[in-house]
Amino acid sequence: MLHDLSLDVRAGELIGLLGPSGSGKTTLLRIIAGLDAPDRGRILFGDDDATGLAVQERAVGFVFQHYALFKHMSVADNIAYGLNARRRADRPAKAEIKRRVGDLLDLIRLSGFGDRYPSQLSGGQRQRVALARALAVEPRVLLLDEPFGALDAQVRKDLRRWLREIHDRTGQTTIFVTHDQDEALELSDRVAVLDRGRLEQVGTPDEVQEHPASATVMKFLGDSVEVAAIAEGGRVLVRGRATPVVAPAGIIGPVRLYVRPWQLQLAEPEAAHLSGTVRSSYRTQGRQRIEVVDAEGRILAVEDSDGVRYDAGHPVGLRITGGHVFG
Amino acid sequence: MVETPRPKRTFRRPSVIPGFGISFGYTLTCLGLIVLLPLAGLVVKASGLGLSGIWEVATDPRVASALRISFGVSALAALVASAFGFLVAWVLTRYRFPGRKLVDAAVDLPFALPTAVAGIALASLYAPDGLVGAPLAKLGLQVAYTPVGIFIAMVFIGLPFAVRTVQPLIAEIDREIEEASATLGATRLATLTRVVLPPLIPAVLTGFALAFARGVGEYGSIIFIAGNLPYVSEIAPLLIVIKLSEFDYGGAAAIATIMLGISFLTLLAINLIQAWSRRRFGYV
Repeated sequence: MLHDLSLDVRAGELIGLLGPSGSGKTTLLRIIAGLDAPDRGRILFGDDDATGLAVQERAVGFVFQHYALFKHMSVADNIAYGLNARRRADRPAKAEIKRRVGDLLDLIRLSGFGDRYPSQLSGGQRQRVALARALAVEPRVLLLDEPFGALDAQVRKDLRRWLREIHDRTGQTTIFVTHDQDEALELSDRVAVLDRGRLEQVGTPDEVQEHPASATVMKFLGDSVEVAAIAEGGRVLVRGRATPVVAPAGIIGPVRLYVRPWQLQLAEPEAAHLSGTVRSSYRTQGRQRIEVVDAEGRILAVEDSDGVRYDAGHPVGLRITGGHVFG
Repeated sequence: MVETPRPKRTFRRPSVIPGFGISFGYTLTCLGLIVLLPLAGLVVKASGLGLSGIWEVATDPRVASALRISFGVSALAALVASAFGFLVAWVLTRYRFPGRKLVDAAVDLPFALPTAVAGIALASLYAPDGLVGAPLAKLGLQVAYTPVGIFIAMVFIGLPFAVRTVQPLIAEIDREIEEASATLGATRLATLTRVVLPPLIPAVLTGFALAFARGVGEYGSIIFIAGNLPYVSEIAPLLIVIKLSEFDYGGAAAIATIMLGISFLTLLAINLIQAWSRRRFGYV
């Protein structure tokens, strides 16, 4: 299900469609590709209206989550498929196809694998072949549907970096779908956040993180704590104490304040905005992460770098050093 | 580093699943008792005639003609059953329509029907005064009591094999490979012939082999529709029955042995093609 939305993708851009499952991001991608038809609305490639074009005529490259390689064809035949499928008049000569397949095999760092079959490759290698196959037809736009979703964490990371490199080298306009925030934020020039069929926000990774347009975006981009607060005189107050958060103009009265773990600091209970007892504390990648349970039983995650260990049950106060307010 | 001793070369691969010995022995015993023993008895009986005797039977014009009809018409019928069966399987798995389950169940009927019943039904249908036979007769086509009748009976009994062998594979076709092919610019026809069909070839061959084997061995449904004219529409199994009723057990065994040999070679050849096509189409 998609509601009315308008998304403008710039030429040469790498844009990530980010959203939880069921948010409509794959549907949007399939509509762009022509694999699904929209009830209404238009798809434009540059100034050309592609809405009425069949999949075959759209010249898109589509990469599926589960590779969708042709199992009965060698890697080289898979990559050459799109070129061989062209009408005789548009089809490059045999030698030219061979040369292009060779170039693409170099690009995906699988030179010498041309004669293998997909079943003889690892998941990461298969997905690279799928990408080469899509690039071979020189598509106007490359569409990737959860391209790393079926791969394990380490391969995912490598492929992510590698895809960014390829994009920087080829300048291929690319739209990819993911439900992984880190992936979208690391890889994209711009991120489009979707939720329940609505486009919540489009912006660079910095923009969406620093200025989330809605509570949904805020929550989806990472851990956060929702705190009841009051906007008054341009400032946001929690339990009557001022916080450094500036209230958006025109908003007065009760608001919802969302705070990231690193925007909370341990403090003396007298000067604190929140209080609770330590539930657990552990070290993760150079930071101390402390989970605090407040009076209502909610778990507040705090990231602090002072390195002090706290025992479970220790009462602590928390000071809010930043956050985002939504009415 | 410790040198691991070279494992002894055995039949058996190391496995955590126990019971290799017992299951292997059991399998061989069953195969031997149920399949190989009767066949061996057949060959022993036929060898009573000596090689020259078997050769004499094989070159007898009536026998040679019956063998030609049996194997030739079976091959043709298996070919048609494969093509037609493929279509049936395709429609049954790819489309949803009212009555699909019913049609799906009806496919198996030739399996279940006593072959004689099928034969009588086909014969009365295709007889010159039958429901289908009469209009065909007007066109100058006679089906019953000719090799065409044999062909129709063989297609009838071979069809379920052709359908059931490809059906599960058609159901397993990944929609995404068709979509991938389309996004790469391939027409629907190219997608079918280059992406969808090639992986199905081994299964189609299996269906062909089964339909062919069934056709060669079929007796009951054919004798009613064939008319059984020597040199025209007489099949080899019927000839065996005739020899038996004349108490010519040696001759019957000889024909049977010849059929066995040809069938075995044909099925072996099909199996080899299949193994090759499996490799060719990436079932590694």
